[in-house]
Amino acid sequence: MNGPSTGRREFLMQAGGSVGLAWLSTQWPAVVAAAEHAHQAINSKTPVKFQVLTPAQAKDVEAIAAQIIPTDELPGAREAGVVYFIDQALKTFAADTLPTYQKGLAELNATASKKYPGVRQFADASAEQQHEMVQALSEEAESANVPARRRPQAAGGADFFQTIWQHTIFGFLVDPSGGGDRDYAGWKVIGRDPAHSFAPPFGFYDKDYPGWQKAMEAEEKK
Amino acid sequence: MSQSKVSYKTGDEVDFVIIGSGAAGGVMAKELSTNGFRVVVLEQGPYLTEADFGHNEIDVVFNHELTNNPKFQPTTFRKTDQDKANKQYSVMYGRCVGGSSVHFTANYWRFHEIDFMERSKVGDVPGASLVDWPIRYEDLEPYYTKVEWECGVSGLAGASPFDPPRSKPYPMPPLPVKGSGVIFERAAKQLGYHPFPAPMAILSQPRAGRSACVNCGFCLGFGCEVKAKSSSLAAMIPLAEATGRCEIRPNRYVHRIETDKAGRVVGAVYFDAKKNSHLQKAKAVVVCANGAETPRLLLLSKSAEFPNGLANSSGLVGKYLMPNSGAIALATFDEPLNDYKGFAVSRIFHDFYEMDVKKTGIYGGGGLDARFDLTPITFALGALPPGTPRWGSGFKKALNQNFTRTMEIFCHGTSLAVETNSFSLDPEVKDAWGLPALRMTFKDHPNDLKLANWMKDRAMEILDAAGAKAKWHGPIEEQQFAVHLLGTCRMGNDPKTSVINADHRTHDVKNLFLCDGSSLVTSGRGQPTMTVQALAFRAADRITALAKRGEI
Repeated sequence: MNGPSTGRREFLMQAGGSVGLAWLSTQWPAVVAAAEHAHQAINSKTPVKFQVLTPAQAKDVEAIAAQIIPTDELPGAREAGVVYFIDQALKTFAADTLPTYQKGLAELNATASKKYPGVRQFADASAEQQHEMVQALSEEAESANVPARRRPQAAGGADFFQTIWQHTIFGFLVDPSGGGDRDYAGWKVIGRDPAHSFAPPFGFYDKDYPGWQKAMEAEEKK
Repeated sequence: MSQSKVSYKTGDEVDFVIIGSGAAGGVMAKELSTNGFRVVVLEQGPYLTEADFGHNEIDVVFNHELTNNPKFQPTTFRKTDQDKANKQYSVMYGRCVGGSSVHFTANYWRFHEIDFMERSKVGDVPGASLVDWPIRYEDLEPYYTKVEWECGVSGLAGASPFDPPRSKPYPMPPLPVKGSGVIFERAAKQLGYHPFPAPMAILSQPRAGRSACVNCGFCLGFGCEVKAKSSSLAAMIPLAEATGRCEIRPNRYVHRIETDKAGRVVGAVYFDAKKNSHLQKAKAVVVCANGAETPRLLLLSKSAEFPNGLANSSGLVGKYLMPNSGAIALATFDEPLNDYKGFAVSRIFHDFYEMDVKKTGIYGGGGLDARFDLTPITFALGALPPGTPRWGSGFKKALNQNFTRTMEIFCHGTSLAVETNSFSLDPEVKDAWGLPALRMTFKDHPNDLKLANWMKDRAMEILDAAGAKAKWHGPIEEQQFAVHLLGTCRMGNDPKTSVINADHRTHDVKNLFLCDGSSLVTSGRGQPTMTVQALAFRAADRITALAKRGEI
C-alpha cells in the first residue's frame, strides 16, 4: 500500500482516512502519544556499541546469522541488523541463553581452528567453510526443534544452533518496534508491506470477487 | 490504566466480587453494575489499553505479555492419573483485563440445537460422559442476540443453511472476504458444501465509539489498537466502569475464596502486586476465572467445611476438560493472496456440524474455516512446507515465495467429555506465589482423533479442488496443550453429577456462582467464546433476579 517509511503514526492518519470521520472522532490522545513514541523508536539509530557480546563474539554471531539468512539480491540477516537484535536480546528477554551462546561460540571456534588450519574464529573462515560448519551444527541440533504451532515458546534450551536460529528469525522478522527488521529488510524479503492498515482487495484471488450473493449464484449456474 | 470511577475498601461488603475480567467476567461486570449492584472485579493481569498494544511479536507471542507466563505460573501435564505429571507449558489463557477475548481469533458462531441435547439424540457414547445440558438453545437464543448487538459481531444472517434459528439479524455486515476465503468458498461450493461469511466479533463498521477493523494484520494473539475487536476490554468494561458502581482492580491474584462456618462465601482473598494478601468482602462471589483457574481456585479454597475443595461435594470440580479437537491443513498457491492483511477468518462452513454416526462411526462434528492467522515470525518458524531447508538460501527463498501465497484451513471439532481429563492441583510444583501449580491430565477420546483426522481429509480435498500448488497438514496427535478450557465445573440439575445449576449457582454454596468455559456441558464444535458470553448475559439475568428476590 505505502512505502517502507510508513510507521504507526502514518497508520493512524491512514486509518482515519480509510474508515472515515467516525473513526477520527474516536481517536484518543493516549494512542497518538504512544504512536509518536513508537515512531521515534523505529527511526532511532541502532546503537553500534555492543552491550553483551564482545566484538569478536559479535563478528561470529553476525556471520552465523548471515549463514542462516544470507544476503543475495535481497537483504539478509546482516542488513536487518540481526546481530544488534541478538545483543539486545541477550541483555533482556533471552538473558538466560547467554551461556548457550558463550559455550556454543567457544566450541565452534575450537572446531574451526582444528578443522581449518590458520582460521582462528568462525567469522574468519571462508564462506564455504562457514557453510560446512553450520551444516554440521544444524545436523546435531535436536530433531524435534520446530515448535508446535499453537504453543509458541522462546528457545531456552542448551542447543546453540536451535537458539541462534530462532533468534536470527526473531531479529530478521520482528516488527521494528521489537528491535529487529532494520529498515524493514526482513519484511521486504517475505513481501510484508509495512503499512499499518490495509483496504481490500488484498491480493490476486479476491480482486474480482463479486460479493457473496453473486458468487453463490454464479456457482449455482455452473 | 484503570478508568474506574469508584474504589471500594476491602472491608466494604460489596454486592458482588467477580473474579476474572475476560469474556464472561466482562459481561458479568457490565450487566451486574448496570443492574444497580456494587461490583469489584479482581483481575490477575494488568490493565492494558489500546495505547499499550502493538505489533511486537516477541513480547506478545513469546514473552507472554497478554497471557499466563509459564515462568511464573508453571503448569504440569500427564496423560492419565496413573502418571506423574511433568512440568510442561500446557495451558494458555489471557491474563490482562479482557482476558482471552483481547487476543482471540474472534470466530463467533453460535452453538446449534444439537450441542445442548446431543445425548438425547445419539445416546450413550462408550468411554465418554455425554449428557444433555439443563438448558436448550431456545433458552440461550436471546442472549446470543445480545452478544451480537451489545459486543458487536459482523455476519450475514441466513447465509448458512445449517444455522439455528435467530430472532434478529447481525448488527453489521460481514467483514470483507480474503483471498483464502475466495479460494475456500469456490472449492467448497464445487464439492457441494455451503460456505458462508464467517461471523466475527470484529467490527466491520464503526460502532459505539469504536473503529471498524483497519486490517492491520496482527490479530490473533494481539490486542486491537483501534478497538475493532469486540473484546470485553473494548466492548464491556468501559460500560461497567461508566456506571460508577464497578471497580476494576487489576494485578490482583485471587488465591482463596473465604467461607464462614455457615458455609457461605464471605469474599475473595488476593495477592496484590507486592504479594500482600487482602480479603475483599462481598455478599456474593461470581467466579469467571476461566476453565482452568476457576476449578483451581475452588480446589485451593478447601476448608474444614469443604474438605475436597469449595463447591466440590460431587468431586467433579476440574473434571471433564474439553479443549476441542482440531486439525490444520496448509497450502500454497501460484499468485499472492497477501492473506497477512486483515483479521484471520473470512469464510467457514458447517456441513459437518452433525456427523452421521451410522455412516462414519464418528460422534460430534465440526466446522471448517479458511484463514491465515500467522505473523511473520510464527510463519517462518512453523508454516513452511515439510522438507523446506531450515536455513541458508533455500530457507530464504521459501520465506520469500510463500509468505504471501500461503493459506490455512482450520478444522474445529468436538471434544467428548471424559471424567479423567481434568485440571487439578499439582502435588509438587508451585508457582511464583508458592501456590500449587495447575496440573492437566488429558488423553483425547479416540473418537475425537478420528474426527480430527476425518476433517483433515476433507480439508485436503478442498485444497486439492482449489488447485493448490503444494498442500500439507499438521500432525493429528494426542493433545497436550489447551486453549479452549471447557467443561471443568459443568452445569446440571443433579448435585451429584454437576457443579453448578442452570442459574450458574454452585449446588453447594448459595452465594457462589461460576460462569465461564467451565460451565459448558458439551464442547460444541470449537469456537466457544460466543457461547461463554451468551451464558454470561443469561447468568447475569438469573443472578439479578435471585438477588432482587433476596434469594442469595
